[in-house]
Amino acid sequence: MATLEIKDLHVSVVSEDAPKEILKGVDLTIKAGETHAIMGPNGSGKSTLSYAIAGHPKYEITSGSVTLDGEDVLEMSVDERARAGLFLAMQYPVEVPGVSMSNFLRTAATAVRGEAPNLRHWVKEVKGAMADLDIDPAFAERSVNEGFSGGEKKRHEILQLGLLKPKVAILDETDSGLDVDALRVVSEGVNRYKASGDVGVMLITHYTRILKYIEPDFVHVFANGRIVESGGRELADQLENEGYVKYTGKAEAASLS
Amino acid sequence: MAALSTQPHSHGLVPVASRAEHFTSYDVEAFEVPGGREEIWRFTPLKRLAGLHSGAAATGSVAVEVNAAAGVTVETVGRDDERLGKAGVPGDRIAAQAYSSFENATVVTLPGDAKSEPTTVTVTGAGEGAVAYGHVLVKASQFAEGTVVLDYRGSGAYAENVEFLVADGAHLQVIAIHDWADDAVHVSQHHVKLGRDASIKHTVVTLGGDAVRITPVVQYAGKGGDAELFGLYFADAGQHQEHRPFIDHSQPNCRSNVVYKGALQGEGAHTVWIGDVLIRVAAEGTETFELNRNLVLTDGARADSVPNLEIETGEIEGAGHASATGRFDDEQLFYLQARGIPEEQARRLVVRGFFQELIAKIAVPEVRERLEAAIEAELEAVGA
Repeated sequence: MATLEIKDLHVSVVSEDAPKEILKGVDLTIKAGETHAIMGPNGSGKSTLSYAIAGHPKYEITSGSVTLDGEDVLEMSVDERARAGLFLAMQYPVEVPGVSMSNFLRTAATAVRGEAPNLRHWVKEVKGAMADLDIDPAFAERSVNEGFSGGEKKRHEILQLGLLKPKVAILDETDSGLDVDALRVVSEGVNRYKASGDVGVMLITHYTRILKYIEPDFVHVFANGRIVESGGRELADQLENEGYVKYTGKAEAASLS
Repeated sequence: MAALSTQPHSHGLVPVASRAEHFTSYDVEAFEVPGGREEIWRFTPLKRLAGLHSGAAATGSVAVEVNAAAGVTVETVGRDDERLGKAGVPGDRIAAQAYSSFENATVVTLPGDAKSEPTTVTVTGAGEGAVAYGHVLVKASQFAEGTVVLDYRGSGAYAENVEFLVADGAHLQVIAIHDWADDAVHVSQHHVKLGRDASIKHTVVTLGGDAVRITPVVQYAGKGGDAELFGLYFADAGQHQEHRPFIDHSQPNCRSNVVYKGALQGEGAHTVWIGDVLIRVAAEGTETFELNRNLVLTDGARADSVPNLEIETGEIEGAGHASATGRFDDEQLFYLQARGIPEEQARRLVVRGFFQELIAKIAVPEVRERLEAAIEAELEAVGA
């Protein structure tokens, strides 16, 4: 039973000027089998939370703790966190010129699984996973994310999610910029991952529309660097109707209508 | 790469002196001994050139061994062979010194109207402390199609001119690999002359040597010429690697594309890239682009990069240049590490990827594999 436990997490962004505090005491526990939607307006610190957990060097943890099954995540390097079972599907996946997608996937799978996957099984596994996400097989020979559209990048993030099978997945605005078909395909990918084992999901989103495809067990409202309200599905419905005005003092819609 | 900083470089400004007025001569005495302040020498460590620039006499000779493909002819000729010197005139004192000093030249001729397999010319240095001069002429006959690999190894100081005469409609691929021993000093001017509708794909690879300075010059003798100049270099501590491609567009409807990429590591590693493109009044319909990228892997290494583009006619298809020198892209490393790939392995993936685009363009599989292995070995060295 995997458990990601975040306690009183304070994070500052490292910049040329004085460090700026973005997260101001986040408490959240995600257990295997649970899907937590983190919803909040722009600038509330949602993405910072995801990058801080993944270990991006730009963010400095000033206090608090993050543990995965009791292990101190903050003591681990970025790659150790991934090998421990954390996965971050990024809002803006990075282009790596000259490194083919297939080489990248195999290298990552070898690192995470601790041994090189059997080549024959691996080829089949990747082909199947790509087909599930409506990804053209030709992408395997293209450089990582290079020249991909926004939707293609997101599909490839979910492809990696499916192949690396983390204990806990953090999806940072995976829905942003997706058209209806792509949103459905990507959501199905997340649901397949959820169904594949005892895994936890942190679903960060600005809008409620992805929750029509991915059922959350908990919904948290994120504002000004903290979780300000928690509830179930009904909280998302309330945000759909009322927006974030209650939390921010200014009108910002949580639905696209 | 996204996080690269773009260094200031001249934009369409006329350089110190126009490339059109650049002095050339076959006669070494026509050039002053450089003192190091001259525009074309200011990046070069003259003290390390074993006197190639100041009249050092030959004290040895290089060994030239040619592994010729079927149909390709190889000759060793004297200085007076009238085919020599047609592709271009030496553009600096060392090139003129080499032209004035060589005793024998190697002439490699690719048969016309035929496709030939790769030919390899292996040049082995005269030995540590020795000075040598040489000359190579590669002739691609009309409608010839083929590849020549120039493979430089061994020790010593060596200055030379290499001519590539590409006849009308011929397509020549050249790969010059400078894999010298640590002590070697090598200064070479490559003269490319392209006939009508002829093309050259010219790749320079510089890995070894103490100081290496290569000046590839492309001239067009007719319309429709197409030059692609690629360079791949990897400088370690103390190495000086200098590449000075010059494309002289004097004919209409010709094309050129220059892409040089380098990686540097270690104290005192220094690379210089001076990319000159001149589009003369007659060169209407020219299309040209040049790019230099440098990846600085450690502190203490320095990359100089200066693209110059001079345009004398407004009637061109397109012209551009770009230069960027940067450190590792932290976002790329983060992305790869966030997928479980350890940092050291992630770094290697990024560097390999950086060079991959150029390596993929090399049509000879053995050379490709050798370069991949060489880059791997360089990266092992930095990991140590």
